[in-house]
Order: sequence, then structure tokens, then C-alpha cells
Amino acid sequence: MSATGASSSAKSRGIAAIFLLTVILFAVLPYLLSTYYLGLVIEILIFALFAMSLDLLIGYTGMASLGHAAYFGVAAYAVGLLSLKLHWSVWSALPAALIIVTLVAALFGLLALRTRGSYFLMITLALSQVAWGIAFGWHSLTGGDDGLPDVPRPALASDWSLAGDRSFYFFVLLLAGTGMLLLAHVAMSPFGFALRGIRESETRMQALGYNVWRYKFAAFILAAAFAGLAGALYAYYNRFVSPDYLQVFRSAEVLLMVILGGAGTLIGPAIGAAVIVLLENVISAYTERWLIVIGTIYILVALFAPGGIIGFIRELRGRRVKS
Amino acid sequence: MTALSVADISRNFEGVQALDNVSFEVAPGERRLIIGPNGAGKTTLFNILAGSYAASSGRVALFGCDITHLPAHERARLGLSRTFQITNLFYRLTVLENVLLALQAGKRTTLPVLRPMRADRELLAQADALLEHWGLTELAKLAAQDISYGQQRQLDILLAMAVGSKVLLLDEPTAGLSAAEVPRVMAILRGLPRDTTVLMIEHDMDVAFELADRITVLHQGRLLAEGNVEAIRSNPQVTDIYLGFD
Amino acid sequence: MLLFLLASGLSLIFGLMKILNLTHGSFYLLGGYFGLVVLQKTGSFVLAVLGASLAIALIGIIMERFFLRRFHLQQLPQVLVTFGFLFIFSDIATVIWGANPQSMPRPELFAGSLQFNGFYYPTYRLFIIGFGLFVAAFLWWLQDGTRIGAMLRASVDNEEIARALGINVSLLFTLVFGLGAFLAALGGVMGGPILGVYPGADFEVLLLGFVVVIIGGLGSLKGALVGGLIVGLLDNFGKVFFPELALFTIFAPMALILAIRPAGLFGRE
Repeated sequence: MSATGASSSAKSRGIAAIFLLTVILFAVLPYLLSTYYLGLVIEILIFALFAMSLDLLIGYTGMASLGHAAYFGVAAYAVGLLSLKLHWSVWSALPAALIIVTLVAALFGLLALRTRGSYFLMITLALSQVAWGIAFGWHSLTGGDDGLPDVPRPALASDWSLAGDRSFYFFVLLLAGTGMLLLAHVAMSPFGFALRGIRESETRMQALGYNVWRYKFAAFILAAAFAGLAGALYAYYNRFVSPDYLQVFRSAEVLLMVILGGAGTLIGPAIGAAVIVLLENVISAYTERWLIVIGTIYILVALFAPGGIIGFIRELRGRRVKS
Repeated sequence: MTALSVADISRNFEGVQALDNVSFEVAPGERRLIIGPNGAGKTTLFNILAGSYAASSGRVALFGCDITHLPAHERARLGLSRTFQITNLFYRLTVLENVLLALQAGKRTTLPVLRPMRADRELLAQADALLEHWGLTELAKLAAQDISYGQQRQLDILLAMAVGSKVLLLDEPTAGLSAAEVPRVMAILRGLPRDTTVLMIEHDMDVAFELADRITVLHQGRLLAEGNVEAIRSNPQVTDIYLGFD
Repeated sequence: MLLFLLASGLSLIFGLMKILNLTHGSFYLLGGYFGLVVLQKTGSFVLAVLGASLAIALIGIIMERFFLRRFHLQQLPQVLVTFGFLFIFSDIATVIWGANPQSMPRPELFAGSLQFNGFYYPTYRLFIIGFGLFVAAFLWWLQDGTRIGAMLRASVDNEEIARALGINVSLLFTLVFGLGAFLAALGGVMGGPILGVYPGADFEVLLLGFVVVIIGGLGSLKGALVGGLIVGLLDNFGKVFFPELALFTIFAPMALILAIRPAGLFGRE
């Protein structure tokens, strides 16, 4: 056991070093990049959080959901409405939004968790479409298709607004980063471990004494809460909320980020998010046919790399080890 | 007090009577073999005992406690554990991780999110000890899907034991094992702690007769006979239904 | 009724192959567009219906054969592939036919309306109902009364044994997938005169199809019919009385079914 002990502490020192370097890199970025590129990084951070939250559901618990954008959007609308109509500061709007998202997720979860597999897939899609329908149709509340314009950037105090690019960047970095770290912590805890067991064999977990439903429900809500955090940040970033936050395409996009990066690895989906955000920005400059591109990526990933980028890397490493 | 008490259990599947008023009692520490030809209802009985699905009627009690309507995971918490006819493991996890999951189930942590898995040295040590006791230490880092069938079967039993069970339901533990693997598993079965009550479904008569304290024979959903090895061996009804077997 | 056509295809495909076909919405959409093209070129509604449906069936068959067959029983890759095609088809349709809704004229035979008890009922809608019932009856007969139906039912129950018995299950899969696509496209063409042909119909119809199948039960023809009727009625009801919360009227029964009978009214499992 001592052999593994030594190498594992070397490994954790290595990880800590990489982590520190990453933090420093991200901290320095706003002084190196223009507003445009900084905006891209902000988007990457937000979507990485979003994708990682879905990974908790798909990669860890094995519940493939097609409706994750619902929570992204609900929190965004909550933050938008509370800031615009009630003039709540970020200190109260953000936590309130998270609470609202958690409640919605609890309701949706109670319904969706009565099913599994393909039924679950359909239900999650249907539920998110209902949310979309409400956002789209309830004009008086949500502004319908026009959305909510002019959401103010968060202000930490009456004289400390985060409207500036750099200060907002650090705001996002702090919150998204904390979110991602929390997710990682959950994933590596006994709870996260149990989720992986559930993914492998629910019946076996039941037979061992785990209350599987409760674990799935908790995972569902946690995933939704973190997705909500991402959505709220996106609302503050865009200063605009629309039904697009909730549409099927958004759920499909984040699903692709997870699979493209590698489900079940947490870091994979973050990478997947970066790839998709960058790709979308590049490709949208040349053509409006982003849908076709993303559809093709879907099929290519399914055909050639179902394990995603991380899976691909692991396979390469495995082959090198064998040879 | 009886370890397991089964009273008038019946189970109906859309017109097919899988079990018909089966009743028996198992004493603590007993090795009870459940035998009977295919379709006799043995696995159905196990599934009802374990809580995978409900009986159409009847009662099941574990150490005097009525568990008839308890969900499977609660029965496991009360000390009833099982293996499956088709090996049911966490295939993509390593052998070590399989064992850890089983051990973790036995601990009751209120907020299982607080500390990372790695930090739980005690659990890891327990897992190591268990693997060593069962002779599976070299397999620890292998994925469960990469070990041999016999080793998977052993792991299956190990998982059921690791939870600290008081009543163990083993569904055909020797099924599908090669001739070379059977003695290893037999040794493990013989070596099960005497304070654990064991119910076992078996097709292999030799195994059954060797391990049993008492035998319950099911036939077409009904309890045909019950008794010790000698009584069952010499029971003409039993040999009748097994014509062609053995 | 249109929903029945769509949902029956979805249900069939899932019942047999356990594939949740997300591209099904595209089949409907493309059916409508293809039908429009044929109608504009030939003026014949019958040709439009047949031509479009067969064309889409062919597309479906190609899709299954080359992209889905290899992912037998693997849910995630199937989701990826069918979703991918959904997006691709959606965008291609927008490229070819533009972002504006198109209208399809009703066939002359059914252009009028019948008077019944003081209400005017468009003949075309009656025709659709009748046609839908005819298709339902045909599918029923196919499932219960023919050898193919028997092979189908055998393969649904136990695929391995069906293969062992010599049933060419793979061919059956491809054909059923094609049939499902055919039915969806049929719905798309026939729905053209009433609902128009427009981008986004694929997603809308897919969602409704899902709700129908959730309520009626996956894998059940009866469920598709009953579910289709319920959802169709509620959708219309909602649009008339609660236009702002139209989707909500679908949500309620769906939630109810989930709470009481998660497998759907006639679902197996």
C-alpha cells in the first residue's frame, strides 16, 4: 500500500500545481485580452459550469436529460425579473434565483423521476418545453419573445458596480470557479461515488441498502442548482434574458458539450464547453448554418468518439502503455 | 426467534400462479437450501423476500419484524442481503470500488458529501482486508468486467457479505462456474460465518446436499417437501419430480 | 389524428427497436415540404402524399441502415445521432425553403365543408379523421392479422429468440423504421393544408409526439390513438381559451399521468 501511497501523493501535488497555475492564468487573462476575447472566456466559464452540472446527471448518475436548459433559463429569468422589476441587488437576487430553481427542479424531479431511460429523456424534454412555453407565452411577465432587456450588471454596493469588463470578469470567475470546485467536491465525495454505483447498477445499489430514489433526486436538484447559477451569470453577462435560454437547442448544446468532452469526467465537459463556445464563435462569423455544423458534430462524435475528448486521450494513453 | 419467517406467500403474474401459499421458517444460522425444477418459483421467491417486487399475498418477517411492504433498500438496511442469478456487479468500476460501495452502504453518514472518498482511510483499510480475506487482492485495480466469471461470482457474494448481513440470500452461486472454479466458491460458502443465516437456491444437487442443514423443495409454485438431507434424499416425491435430473 | 400518425410511428420504432427517434419531427417537417414541392410540380394531391411519404421513408431507411443499426440498444449514441439529424434536416429545410411559413392548398375534393346541426365542419378535417382511422385499422390488422405482424410481435417480445427462429430481425428493423418515417411524413403532408408548412414544425410536433406517447404509453398503438386524441383536443382547447399558457394545458395531463401511471395509459413495463 505504501507504493500506491507515494505515487498518489505525488499525483495530488501535481494536480495542486496544475490547479494553481490555472488559477493564476485565469487571474491574469483580463490584463492580456481585449474585451471581445475576455467575453469569450466569460462565456466559456459559464458554459463549463453548465456542462459540468449536466455531467453530474449524465456522467455520474447515468440519467440522460434533454431538458437541462430549463434550469439555466429559470434562474436567468428569476435574476432578470428580480433585478429589473423589483430592483433587487445581486446579493438577494442571485440566492433567490437559486432557491427558485431548486424548487422548480424539485417539482420537475418528482415527476421525471417516476420514469427512467427513454421515458426520462422524453419527460425532461417535455418539461423544459413547458418552461419555454411559459417564457414565450406569458408576455406580461416575461416579455415573451422580446425577452427582458437591460438587465443591470450586478452592483456589490451602491457605489461598486460590476459593469466594467474586468470587474465583471472576476465576478464570474469567482462564482463559476467556486461552482465548479463545489461540483468536483460533490463528485469525489461518497455521495458522488454512490451516484456512479447507481449508474452501473441500480438494482445492486438497492440490494446493498442505498435509497436510490433519494440519491437520484438529490443529484437532479444539485445539477439543476448549478445549472441555475450558470444561467444567472449568463443573464448578468448578456444583460438580456429571452426564451432562447430555455429552448431545446440549448439543452442539446450542453448535452453535446458533455459528450464531446467526455461524460463522467467533469473536466471533459468543461473542455467540451470551451470547444463548442469557440467553434460557435468562429463558425458564426462565416455562416448562419451553425445548426448543421452542430448536428454533424453530434453524429461524428457518436460515430467516432463516444467517449469524448477525454475518452480519446485515455485510449491513446492506453495504447501507448500496451506498446 | 426465527431468522426468516415466510407465511402464505403467493404471487400471481397475469394469470400464472408463480407461487402458491408457500410457508416456511428458517432458524438463525441455518443453511437452508431451496431446490426444485425449473419454473418452480425459486427466484420469484427470492425476489419477493428481497423486495424486488411484492407478493400478491402473504407475509415475510425478518427476526420477527414484518418486512412484507418494505422496499428493497430498507430490507438491506435491516440485514437482508442477496446475490443475483445473473451476476450483478458494477462492471465499469474496479473490484476495489465495488467493495468500497458495499462497505459504504453499511456506514450511516448523515451528509455523505462532506469529505472526499480518498480521505476515508478506515474504509479503504476495511476494503483491503476484505479483499485479502477472499484472496482477491491482485484483482483490486481491475474493472469488474475484466475478471473471470468465477471471480465475478465470488465478488458478487463478497458484496452481499460486505454489507454485514444477517440473512444472506444466494441465488445459484455456483451457476455457470467451470469445474475448476467450483471448489473455490464451495470453500467460501462453507466458510461463511455461522451467525449468518443462509438461504441458497441451487440446481446442483451435490452442492445442495453437501451444504444444507435443511432443504425446502418447491414444485410448480408450491412447497412440496421440507426436511433434512436424508429425508429429502429418500423422499419419493422429490426424486419423482427430478426424473431426468441427477 | 395527425398526432396519431406521428405518435404511432414513434411508438412502433420504440416498441421494436427501443430507439427514441428524435428525428421523427424532421420526418413530419420534410414530409410537408416534399409534399408541397410535388404538389406544386404535379398539382396532384395524391401524388404529393404518396411521393413525399415514400421519399421520407427512404431517407429514414438510409438513416437507420447506416447510422443507427450499429448502435443497437445503445441509448446515448442513438440520442446523438437522431438529434444530430434533427438539427441538420431543420437547417437544410430552412436553407432550401426559407424561413417563412408556406401554405398548402386543400385538395379540391375536400375544399368545402359539411353542414351538420348548424355547425360548419370543414370536409378536409373530416377526411383526415377518417383517413387516420383507416390507417389505425390498417396498422392494427398488420400487427395482429399478418405474418409480418407476428414476426414483429415476436421480435418485440424477445429479439434473440426471434433471430434464432430465423426471423430477419435487422431487415424488420429497417422496414419498421421506414414505416415510422412514412407515417410521420404522411402526417406532415396531410397536415399541410390545415397547419401550413413552416420551420420549427419539427420541434413542435416532436414535443407533442412525446407528450402523446407519454400519456398513451410507448410501444402501444392504442396508446398512440387515445393519446393523440387527448393531446389534440387539449392542445386546441388550450389555444382557444388560454393562449398564453397553451403548453400548460398539455403539461397538466402529462403530469397527472406521470403521477399515477408513469408507463402511460397503455404502456408496457
